[in-house]
Amino acid sequence: MTTEIMEAPAVAAPTATPPHPLREFWSYFSANHGAVAGLVVIVAVVIVALLADVIAPHSPYVTDTAIALKPPFWQEGGSLAYPLGTDPIGRDILSRMIYGARLSLLIGIVVVAISIVIGTVLGLVAGFYRGLTEIFIMRLMDIVLTLPSLLLAIVIVAVLGPGLMNAMLAVALVILPHYVRLARAAVITETSKDYVMAARVSGAGTMRLMFKEVLPNCTAPLIVQASLGISTAILDAAALGFLGLGAQPPSPEWGTMLADAREFVLRAWWVVTFPGLAILITVLAFNLLGDGLRDALDPKLKRS
Amino acid sequence: MLRFILTRVSLIIPTFIGITLLAFFLIRLVPGDPIETLAGERGIDPARHEQLRKEYGFDQPIFVQYGIYLSRVLQGDLGKSMITQEPVLNEFSSLFPATVELAFCAIIFALVLGLPAGIIAAIRRNSIFDHGVMGISLAGYSMPIFWWGLILILLFSVQFDLTPVSGRIDVLYYIEPITGFLLIDTLLSDEPEAFWSAVRHLILPTIVLGTVPLAVIARMTRSAMLEVLGEDYIRTAKAKGLTRFRIVALHALRNALIPVVTVIGLQVGVLFTGAILTETIFSWPGVGKWLIDAIFRRDYPVLQGGALLLGVVVMSVNLLVDLAYGLINPRIRHTR
Repeated sequence: MTTEIMEAPAVAAPTATPPHPLREFWSYFSANHGAVAGLVVIVAVVIVALLADVIAPHSPYVTDTAIALKPPFWQEGGSLAYPLGTDPIGRDILSRMIYGARLSLLIGIVVVAISIVIGTVLGLVAGFYRGLTEIFIMRLMDIVLTLPSLLLAIVIVAVLGPGLMNAMLAVALVILPHYVRLARAAVITETSKDYVMAARVSGAGTMRLMFKEVLPNCTAPLIVQASLGISTAILDAAALGFLGLGAQPPSPEWGTMLADAREFVLRAWWVVTFPGLAILITVLAFNLLGDGLRDALDPKLKRS
Repeated sequence: MLRFILTRVSLIIPTFIGITLLAFFLIRLVPGDPIETLAGERGIDPARHEQLRKEYGFDQPIFVQYGIYLSRVLQGDLGKSMITQEPVLNEFSSLFPATVELAFCAIIFALVLGLPAGIIAAIRRNSIFDHGVMGISLAGYSMPIFWWGLILILLFSVQFDLTPVSGRIDVLYYIEPITGFLLIDTLLSDEPEAFWSAVRHLILPTIVLGTVPLAVIARMTRSAMLEVLGEDYIRTAKAKGLTRFRIVALHALRNALIPVVTVIGLQVGVLFTGAILTETIFSWPGVGKWLIDAIFRRDYPVLQGGALLLGVVVMSVNLLVDLAYGLINPRIRHTR
């Protein structure tokens, strides 16, 4: 008896039900060709990073001075064994770039994960408690935003010492204010809505209100900002690597590869061209994805 | 109006204190004894060590130390470089014009190309030109400029031998610094060739540093123009039978420029960040390269003072932009 009643409307009017949120999201997202292209590139980079051990033709670390500075295969003197040439100490550039994809994605994800967790909590706290707590947190974030981002990261790394871990921490701190501001703004708009009041009246505690009621409703802007944040993180970490303050040689991080090969730029164009191209394409893909996500998830934020 | 100015000026006080705190703790967070850090790797004898401890107030409680530091900073005493023994403030002010000259050229470059590109893209929305501008600006926005600089060197200096690879001017010329801006100093000097040498040295760094602001300005101009072009008063202007040029140049552009001006102001921080990388690539003798060199020489007073000064410069420029914005747009003035 009950089952009949439950099933009847679902079968009778399938077209009347609104499309699943995911399907709706996808129809918006896939209309944006740039965003789809970005997603395809990111998926490709992820696959390359995961399968680095299988697809890289050589070790990224083994040096062999006999084959130093070999050009790419289509130039005279190049060979298919080293498709994109070799660096000044005879390491295969393609293999190093493949392993570098791993590092860059790891940097992007770890940095954004750190700052999204800390930033969301700080933003929620600022939005919920207001008053002095809010002023303190927001002024602190304003200071971080005032300083040129790379300068702040450089100062932090100079204090903590160069290295990949410290560079990631520095970049995470630099992009933190965006998440704090977003989360706080979202909390302030959400808490004035009826459902939060209803939850409060039914006796939900502050913790429950923060994480169970409000947070799920402000994930959209956070996801968008996360995608854009990954591109900033990859770019800034590569810049630190280039300055010799990020990942240290012989690590195949793309920015570090550029720094290693910089003095050979006049003799061998390939040693700097390919790693930089990898940075550009990956960062571009994450920016395209972020723009697409913003348009699909949060039409309010849609610009231009 | 006065109230608006006073509120904005008072808002920078916490920021200034924050920047000084950061610079203050910078030296103290470096692992090891701060005096030995300041003295460098050669070490220091115990008597001098004790004397310096007293002088810098390291025997005092931490907040007293901060007070001493703050009062020194307010008197313009930022310590001395460990390498050259020159006061940090002097070194900064002798190098800063080089950075300002580069940043100024870069923002002019970005404006001259970015504004028209954004305006035309908005007028011819969805045309090939529009898609081209948006595509290029997205690439510019994602550009690792340290790589971009190397690629431009490869193209223009190595392939075509058009531009020099590094420095501000050929070593042949000695130009007496009058203003510190080489473009002006060379014009004042009696060597016309020197001016062209300075210009040729500026081209590549300008393009590299201007790329990200160019992308941002083009995007921002386009979206501001699109917004304004949809307004009622534009339709009214069209209905009045005004020419297309008059509508765009007089009615739309003036309103669209307000958000663009703000964005340009915000680019100052981006420019200084970019200057650090650009100056490193082109061996441009400005404050960015000076700071990076200081890190590798472990010249902590320079790093501390330089970061503080750059922070204060960016903070002051942001304040000026804020005030200027309030002047041209009364709505902003009265909100707070």
